[in-house]
Amino acid sequence: MKKRLDVLVCGGAACIASHSQDFKNRLIEVVKDHDLEDEINIIETGCMGPCELGPVMVVYPDGAFYIRLKPEYAQRIVEEHFLKGRPVEEFLWQAPEARKIVEEKRQIPFFEKQHKVVLENCGRIDPENLNEYIGNDGYQALARCLTEMTPDVVIDTVTSSGLRGRGGAGFPTGLKWKLARRSAGDVKYVVCNADEGDPGAFMDRAILEGDPHSVIEGMAISGFAVGASRGFVYVRAEYPLAVRRLRRALEQAREAGLLGESILESDFSFDLEIRIGAGAFVCGEETALMASVEGHRGMPSPKPPYPSEQGLWEKPTVINNVETLANLRHIILKGAEWFAAMGTAKSKGTKVFALSGNVTNTGLVEVPMGITLREIVYDVGGGIPGNKALKAVQTGGPSGGCIPAEHLDTPIDYESLAELGSIMGSGGLIVLDEDNCMVNMAKFFLEFCVEESCGQCSPCRIGLKQMLRVLERITRGEGRLEDLDDLERMAGTIKATSLCGLGQSAPNPVLSTLKYFRDEYEAHIREKRCPALVCTDLITYTILADKCTGCTACARKCPVNAISGEVKKIHVIDQGICIHCGACFEACKFDAIERR
Amino acid sequence: MKLEDLKKIREKHQKDMILRDGDARVRVVVGMGTSGIAAGARETLRAFLEEIEKRNIADVIVTQAGERGLSSHEPIVTVLEKSKPNIVYGNVTADVARKIVAEHIVNGSPLSDYVLEVSE
Repeated sequence: MKKRLDVLVCGGAACIASHSQDFKNRLIEVVKDHDLEDEINIIETGCMGPCELGPVMVVYPDGAFYIRLKPEYAQRIVEEHFLKGRPVEEFLWQAPEARKIVEEKRQIPFFEKQHKVVLENCGRIDPENLNEYIGNDGYQALARCLTEMTPDVVIDTVTSSGLRGRGGAGFPTGLKWKLARRSAGDVKYVVCNADEGDPGAFMDRAILEGDPHSVIEGMAISGFAVGASRGFVYVRAEYPLAVRRLRRALEQAREAGLLGESILESDFSFDLEIRIGAGAFVCGEETALMASVEGHRGMPSPKPPYPSEQGLWEKPTVINNVETLANLRHIILKGAEWFAAMGTAKSKGTKVFALSGNVTNTGLVEVPMGITLREIVYDVGGGIPGNKALKAVQTGGPSGGCIPAEHLDTPIDYESLAELGSIMGSGGLIVLDEDNCMVNMAKFFLEFCVEESCGQCSPCRIGLKQMLRVLERITRGEGRLEDLDDLERMAGTIKATSLCGLGQSAPNPVLSTLKYFRDEYEAHIREKRCPALVCTDLITYTILADKCTGCTACARKCPVNAISGEVKKIHVIDQGICIHCGACFEACKFDAIERR
Repeated sequence: MKLEDLKKIREKHQKDMILRDGDARVRVVVGMGTSGIAAGARETLRAFLEEIEKRNIADVIVTQAGERGLSSHEPIVTVLEKSKPNIVYGNVTADVARKIVAEHIVNGSPLSDYVLEVSE
């Protein structure tokens, strides 16, 4: 029977974590109870984006967008909406004034400024159903390459589209392929870098979970272009759902003959293997990644030779990021001009960002290159909760830097972000407001890099550790003004002398916060004060005599007995004993405790 | 798989996407209020879905709406077609539903006997 409703339940990792499966299972039961299962298609999709509101569900054709679903809502949704055609407004996004806003998914501001190319299928098709992918032009681009194009024409198309690597560095994809194609040898490899490691970044995971065939098709296209018949997907073990869906997709593609010998009756043969990484951040660096694929310890090696000359098992190898690969089918089908028409002069197409931090709508967003940070934070992201002031936006994770509020109107592309002292990176975008301490944030990212350094070269292993010590001293209130110059000097040396991208970029968060927020560092050093009240050692709690009622609530909560005072008499905190935990501040009902 | 097979799968499954794209030529809206359901709107709805599937029509979507306040003529069905007037049918049993598909949706001639209202 023809289906009359498509019910798309988000099966992205964030929604699964908020129990979307329980809701889905209950929904299936209720639909069965009402004998509606032949009329209604219930599909679990990849990530839809607004993870903050999960579990989410979209019901087509009306496009009703349900949020924060619980199993007990299933009954009403089926009876009211699925049976009688009345969406249950109180469960819809922005209820109660929902009706007109929600009827069309694209009218929701979160989606309005987005432009979905790579994420087109994510949250829209069933990632475990090859037919749905094919129904959305899946494998048509590969078919076109194999039947109508030569490898050189494919490379020229990708080159003139202006596509650049989405993993962070922004190297032109067409040029990378050309170099590998030109390299001598019959055996060549293509590799998909799905070792997404930046804290807070999950673009690649969402693509693999929501549309795994687009990555497989992209790899087959790149294999055809460079002359490779084998490929590897290097994906981290922390992404079990992505691995499962990718594995399932590989099986389906092989069964259908879209991978394997003589694909679509051409003379092109190609197959893929999954390699699971143990989660070392450094394995996202291409030489370390290749070492890990070969079964060695994942440590970077010097370049040259570049992978396009001598990569996996010393054969020419092309390594592309997940998002880069997912763009390819669109470029082949819609043409280089279509792609090049989006974006800025040097950065074409769209970019997926993982929006997180202090912003209303966190989640995954895809926007055209050249959009401003202000549009991302305030229009797509819905602004900052509690009307707090935006302080900066951190891009590029631990390899990137912060962009202060005064540069919010800069159009985003690879060059403009680099000019501001940050990088595009893989797409992590963390919004920081007035309550974030920039020194503490720089310390957080540096700590991450110290943990993740492979230890092979001394600038990274020893230098980063020394920088971290200085930062720790500053956040404890024991810093000296000379420390700031020392930090800059060490950062310069580490960037210049580290072997791989990890060390070369690890000082960036410190350098960019020093550039834009030096006053915060100075406040920590000169005044022993953390302006954002984050660094616990620098916060002082005092009881205001005129407000204290002597209720003893604070004294009872204090874990170290630092507060003395009798009932109905003014209490006092002994600063020598106080550990700055803030328990008294939380406990006081009379605003009698001052936090500075 | 051959190129031809890929094309066939694509054509077959492309039409499944019509609900999600919202780009249908015809929308059939079945009144599924309490009195509609009591008058047999569930069977009417199923008849539409079955007939459309049987005839392999891709560009039609079937959805539901609430009461129109004309209980004596339930089940009530509205056929919305792009750039044509909307036609409201009354007393649409499962048999009438199949006729609407054959004569109105496929052949383009509304069933005048059952028309309650024609509106822009």
